[in-house]
Amino acid sequence: MDFDLTEEQRLLRDSIDRLIDDAYGDFEKRRTYAQEPHGFSMALWRRYAELGLLGLPFAEADGGYGGGAVETMLVMEAIGRGLALEPYLATVVLGGGLVRLGGNAAQRQRILPRIADGSLRLAFAHNERQARYDLFDVATTARAEGGGFVLNGAKTVVLHGDSADLLVVGARLSGNRRDRTGIGLFLVDAGAAGVTRRAYPTQDGQRAAEITLAQVRVPADAMLGAPDAGLALIGQVTDAAIAALCAEAVGAMSALHAMTVDYLKTRKQFGVPIGSFQALQHRAADMLVALEQARSMAMYAAMMADAPDAAERHTAMAAARVQIDESARMIGQGAIQLHGGIGMTQEYRAGHYFKRLTMIGLLFGDTAHHLKTVAAAGGLSADEAAET
Amino acid sequence: MDLRFTPEEIAFRDEVRSFLRREIPADIRARLSEGRHLSKQDMVTCHRILHQRGWAVPHWPREWGGQDWSPVFHYILGEEIQRAAVPPPLAFNVSMVGPVIAQFGSEAQKRRFLPATANLDIWWCQGFSEPGSGSDLASLRTRAERDGDHYIVNGQKTWTTLAQYADWIFCLVRTNREAKKQEGISFLLFEMTSPGITVRPIVTIDGGREVNEVFFDNVRVPVENLVGQENRGWDYAKFLLGNERTGIARIGLTKERLARARQFARETPAGDGTVWDDPDFRRRLALIEVQLKALEITQMRVVAGARNREAGRPDPNSSILKIKGSELQQAATELLMEIAGPCALPAVDPDEPTNEPPIGPEWAMLTAPTYFNYRKVSIYGGSNEIQRNIIAKAFLGL
Ligand SMILES: Cc1cc2nc3c(=O)[nH]c(=O)nc-3n(C[C@H](O)[C@H](O)[C@H](O)COP(=O)(O)OP(=O)(O)OC[C@H]3O[C@@H](n4cnc5c(N)ncnc54)[C@H](O)[C@@H]3O)c2cc1C
Repeated sequence: MDFDLTEEQRLLRDSIDRLIDDAYGDFEKRRTYAQEPHGFSMALWRRYAELGLLGLPFAEADGGYGGGAVETMLVMEAIGRGLALEPYLATVVLGGGLVRLGGNAAQRQRILPRIADGSLRLAFAHNERQARYDLFDVATTARAEGGGFVLNGAKTVVLHGDSADLLVVGARLSGNRRDRTGIGLFLVDAGAAGVTRRAYPTQDGQRAAEITLAQVRVPADAMLGAPDAGLALIGQVTDAAIAALCAEAVGAMSALHAMTVDYLKTRKQFGVPIGSFQALQHRAADMLVALEQARSMAMYAAMMADAPDAAERHTAMAAARVQIDESARMIGQGAIQLHGGIGMTQEYRAGHYFKRLTMIGLLFGDTAHHLKTVAAAGGLSADEAAET
Repeated sequence: MDLRFTPEEIAFRDEVRSFLRREIPADIRARLSEGRHLSKQDMVTCHRILHQRGWAVPHWPREWGGQDWSPVFHYILGEEIQRAAVPPPLAFNVSMVGPVIAQFGSEAQKRRFLPATANLDIWWCQGFSEPGSGSDLASLRTRAERDGDHYIVNGQKTWTTLAQYADWIFCLVRTNREAKKQEGISFLLFEMTSPGITVRPIVTIDGGREVNEVFFDNVRVPVENLVGQENRGWDYAKFLLGNERTGIARIGLTKERLARARQFARETPAGDGTVWDDPDFRRRLALIEVQLKALEITQMRVVAGARNREAGRPDPNSSILKIKGSELQQAATELLMEIAGPCALPAVDPDEPTNEPPIGPEWAMLTAPTYFNYRKVSIYGGSNEIQRNIIAKAFLGL
C-alpha cells in the first residue's frame, strides 16, 4: 500500500500548483479571463503547454509525457482549487483521451502533438438531450456514403464546444436509439459545413454549446477506432473524465473548506469569533470528515481509472462519484451557511466554488444515477466477498 | 381533534382560491412560479389587487384595514397566496413596519403612513443589518445624533432587500453609545431620496439584484420620524421580528414547487420513459412530501394555539417552522434541479430576446439559479443556527 507521490509526481504537482496559484490566486484575474472571447485565458493555455501539461497523458511517441491517471489527478485538483477556466477536461482528458485510446497511429500523430503544443482544442460532442446520462442513448446518425460518412443530429451541453477546433462526435452507424451496439466516433472539424453551434456560459462560469449537425460530410479516416467499438471507448474515456472531475471537486472542496475555517476565525459576532460557537465548530469538523472521505475516493478513482475490467472500473467510478457528490453538497451548502450573507454574493469566491461543485454533480450522471450503477453491480462488497 | 376545516373555512378557502386565479394576472403568477424576475410593477399590481379586496393587511387593527379573522383564516389566505404563485403583499410593509407603526407610532404617524403603507403607495425597505452586525444585530453602529429638530444619520446598512425600489427605509440606529447595546437603539423612518443616501447593488450568486448596500452620509431626518421613544427601538424590532409567525415556513410555496416537480418529472425524458417512471425519484419526492405534511400539521397546531397567545410576543414555535420550512424549501429547489439534469447547466436568461433555437425547457434553466438563491432562506430572518439557539434557550432551558 502506498499513497505517496513519486519524486517526479511531487515536482509536477509543485509546478502545477505554482502555475495555478500565480494565475488564480487573485480572484479578480479569473474575472478577466472569463471576459476573454473563449471564456478562459489563451495566455494561460500556452503556459499549460509550456509546462507540458497538455501532453501529459499522451505517449512519448505521440508527443506526450506518458503520464497516468495520478498525474491527471494532480492537474485537476489544482484546477479545482483555483477554479480554473481552461478547457483541460474537454481537450486533454475527453478529446485527447478518445484520440489516445481510439485513434490509429496516423490520427494520433496528426492530433496529439497539436493538443500538446496548445494549438488544437477538442470537445466531446456526444450527449443528447433525451439521453440524460445514458451514454448509449444516441439518436445522431452516421450514414456511410461515397467512401465517407454523413452525420445528422443534435448534441447538448458540449463542454467548451463553443471554441473547440475539432469535435469528437458520437453517432449511430446502425440500430435503434437505445441500442448498445452500432455507435461510432467521428472527428469533425468544428468549422465543417453543416455544423452550427450555439455558445453560452454555464452556471459555473465555464462555456458550452449546443451543436447541430446537418448533413455533415466527413471522410472515411475521420472514424475513430473500429466501427462498433465506440461505446466501449466512450465508457473508458468517460470513466477517466469522472476520475478527473473527482479530483477537481476535491481541489475545490479543500479550498472552500479552508476559506470557511479562516472565516470562522476572523468573523466576529457577539464580541467573539464565530468559530468559538460549538455548533459551527462541529459543522466545520463534519465538513472535514466529508472532505477526507472525498479525497480518499478521488484517489480510488485515479487508481481504478485504468483498470482493465470495464465493469469493475465503471462501478468504481460511480462509487467515487456518489461519495464526491455527497461531500460536495455537504461542504458547499455548509460553506455558504457558515459564511452567512457574504457567502451569497457574486463578488466573493466561496459561492463560485459552491456553483462549480453543484455543476460537477450534474456532469456524467448525478448522485442518483451513480448510486444506481453501484447498486446494479450488487454493491461494492461483492468483489470482496468473492475474494474470501 | 379534527384536521378538517369548518364549512366556513372551506368556503373562505374556495373564495380565496377562485379570487386569486381570477383577479391576479396569469403572466405574473407564471413568472413567479418559474423563478423569473418580477418587476416592481408586478409586485405593486398584485399587492393592490389584494388590498382592494381587504386581503393585504388583514392582521392589522381594524381601523387601519384589518379584518376580525380567526388565525385559521389568516393561515388559509397565506397558504393560498403561496400555492397560487401570487407575489405576497410586501412583507416590509405589511408584516414589519406597518404593525410597528400601528402599535407604537404616534397618531400623526399612523395617519400619515398606514394607509399609504397598506396600499403600497410607499415601498419600504428594512435597514437593520450592517456589515459588522448580522446575527448580533444589537451591536449595530449606524448612529443618529440630535441636531435641533433633526437627527443626523451616519453609517452603513447592508443586505437591504429591494432598496432600489424603496421610497422609505425603516432603520435601526444608535442614539446612545453609553448605554447597554440593546438600550441605545432607536427606530427611525426616512425617505430614500434624502440627501446623503447612496444605494449600491450587491449581486448574488444566482446573478440576481435583490440586495444592496445603503450608505448614510449626514442624512437629516426630522425628529417627528422617530417611532415611539428614543432608545426603545430594540423592543420594537423584537416585536417586528416576533410578528412573523405563520407563513414563515412557506409551506404553500413548497407545495407549489413540488407540484411543478411532478409535472416536470413527467415531461423530462429519462431511459425509455421519463424521470417520473424512476421509482428512486418518486421515493425522494415522497420523502420530502412526508416531511412537508408533518410540518403543515405542526404549523396548523401553532395556528390553532395562536388564539390563546398575546400578539407580538416572540414564539419559539416559529423557530421550528423556520428551520424545517427553510430546509424543505431548499430541498424542493434541489429536487427541481435534479429533474432538469444536464439542462440545468446553461446560464441563459430566458427573458433575454434571441433568435437562437432553445437550449432546453425554460424552466430547467432557472432551476440552478433558484437553488443557489434559496441558500439564503436558512441565513436571513435569523439564521437556522440562531433559531436553534432560541429553541435551546427558550424551549429547552439549556
Ligand atoms: C438575500 C438576503 C436578504 C436579506 N435582506 C435583508 C433586509 O432586507 N434587511 C436587513 O436588515 N437584513 C437583510 N438580510 C440580512 C440577514 O438578516 C443576515 O444575513 C443575517 O442576519 C445573518 O447575518 P450575517 O450575514 O452577518 O452572518 P453572521 O451573523 O456573520 O453569521 C455567520 C454564520 O455564523 C452563525 N452564527 C452567528 N452567530 C451565531 C451563534 N451565536 N451561534 C451559532 N452560530 C452563529 C450564523 O448562523 C452563520 O452561519 C438579508 C440577507 C440575505 C442573505
